[in-house]
Amino acid sequence: MMLLVRRVEERLSSLFSDGEVPGFIHLSIGQEAVAAGVGSALEQKDTVASTHRGHGHALAKGIELDSFFMEIMGRDTGMCRGRGGSMHVADMSVGMLGANGIVGAGIPLAVGSALAHQTRGNGAVAVAFFGDGALAEGVLHESFNLAALWKLPVLFVCENNGWSEFSPTSRQFVANVRDLAGAFGIESEQVDGNDGEAVALAAAAHVEAARAGGPRVLECITRRVRGHYEGDPQKYRDDGDADPQSDPLARSIARLRAAKVSDTDIQSIETDLMSEIDAALSAARAAPPADFRAARADVYSPGSAA
Amino acid sequence: MTEMRFGKALGQALEDAMAADDSVMVFGEDVAAAGGPFGVTRGLLEKFGPVRVRDTPISEATLVSAAVGAAMSGLRPVVEIMFMDFITLGMDGLVNQAAKARFMFGAQSSVPMVLRTPHGGGLSAGPQHSQCLEAWFAHVPGLKVVCPATAADAYGLLRAAINDPDPVIFVENKSIYARKEQVPDVLEIVPIGQARTAREGRDATIVAYGAMVQTSLEAANTLSEDGIETEVIDLRSIQPWDEKAVLDSLSRTHRLVIVHEAVEAFGVGAEIAARMADIGFDELDAPIVRVGAPFMPVPFAKPMEDRYRPDSNRIVDAVRRVLA
Repeated sequence: MMLLVRRVEERLSSLFSDGEVPGFIHLSIGQEAVAAGVGSALEQKDTVASTHRGHGHALAKGIELDSFFMEIMGRDTGMCRGRGGSMHVADMSVGMLGANGIVGAGIPLAVGSALAHQTRGNGAVAVAFFGDGALAEGVLHESFNLAALWKLPVLFVCENNGWSEFSPTSRQFVANVRDLAGAFGIESEQVDGNDGEAVALAAAAHVEAARAGGPRVLECITRRVRGHYEGDPQKYRDDGDADPQSDPLARSIARLRAAKVSDTDIQSIETDLMSEIDAALSAARAAPPADFRAARADVYSPGSAA
Repeated sequence: MTEMRFGKALGQALEDAMAADDSVMVFGEDVAAAGGPFGVTRGLLEKFGPVRVRDTPISEATLVSAAVGAAMSGLRPVVEIMFMDFITLGMDGLVNQAAKARFMFGAQSSVPMVLRTPHGGGLSAGPQHSQCLEAWFAHVPGLKVVCPATAADAYGLLRAAINDPDPVIFVENKSIYARKEQVPDVLEIVPIGQARTAREGRDATIVAYGAMVQTSLEAANTLSEDGIETEVIDLRSIQPWDEKAVLDSLSRTHRLVIVHEAVEAFGVGAEIAARMADIGFDELDAPIVRVGAPFMPVPFAKPMEDRYRPDSNRIVDAVRRVLA
């Protein structure tokens, strides 16, 4: 999964540079272990509310690659019929409630989804992904309180990459997410968010705890390798180059090698993924453009008075 | 016919909707144990229990967005915002999330939530507990806005709003919660988007909604003493609004007055006037006149608030103007 997310986003980056992907895209390169690790702990019935940097979360929740590329390239056959783009990738059939263009906005959506799970007694868990940039948003504080008060089955995953868009979070937020969770009596854990296995193990434990009733907080320390958005000149940034040793993908591959997985097998996984991505991209290029009239007709539900 | 208070009709609608559909739940500040600040939700906790009827903390932003998330995950939440003024804290959930989810996700999901909230003055509640902000929401594609004028419609429109697949802002005028009215023994669901002719008349049309329908009827009675027969159209729904009903009435009377308690400038009346000036231009025998609140916050002191809110005298004057 990490490899898939990495290669997909690298492809998006080049498509963006070539002008084939319009608008804003926010890449999670360097943060893939969080999406992959948490995603590995979830079932189909579980729901995810994500962020503007949500490609990895969506892919890890099981969205389909063809319609993902079609969406980001503005095609009618995209998962959102070309109306949302990168910041709104969603697939309700796999419980992906959407990336989100508003910082922190997915947090109370996940709380509401967890409320539905609890009320319906369906044993599902909701996951709210958010970055450290959302820590200062009021809805996070409100959501911690409400989730703790109602013992909702929700896992709050803080993807802490140290950046609040164009500013270091250390200059914006005086507390930290674990102390904040503690203030509401929510159990929390901090993990190395660049260690896929560590994230997966911690996520599995906390997802099951949340499923049994009550929120949990998982803080994943990671690194945003790219800018806030593609094309961001990052003149504000002087935190050095990424340490290749900390790269989550390199670490996972090293772990596979240590477990005696052969280079040939690793290479064949990569080759398969690349051909899947190539096929999805070709399909997206061939797909029809988004349909304005259909979009207009979908502001309200069919048959409802409007 | 039976006698029923406006607020009780709303409570009855909630009760019947919850009994009819397990996925309907009610939450908001003080709606469960306390029965709601105006008593609308009284008795629901006892009937349906604490899973489906919940008191919430004072966290409007999260309440509204949680309703959106719950609606996207299989529930039909009815969330109450205690005073419409407090809705400012929940704008992201309504405007960026609820309104756009269906469109933005390519019609994969709808957001079948209802947000109930009281608007309007008359209680000397001051600038932050009296506003009529419905036009804001009517301006946002994806939201529906409803505002009943009678107890029967309070019941029927709330049932329709709860059944509706899209997010509905359900606006209740707080000055009429306690008003007693005659209602049919069996209350019916009232479709969203259909206006009602509250009074027939040949000389001029008044379009109003919410509490201003009754005020308009009082004005119509006054005018009738002088032989002026005014038609009163109760809009019921603001978004979508019943353009055809207004145009039909205008085509009979050729004169139009639009009344609302909200600030007149940039309001619901401006939209209706602009639309009728376009598609109804040939029918108009006089300029369209609006009656609304002046462009100022709602004042506290009783004499000032009385002067601020449109009353039947102002409506009578407006009708005389279009007939002059």
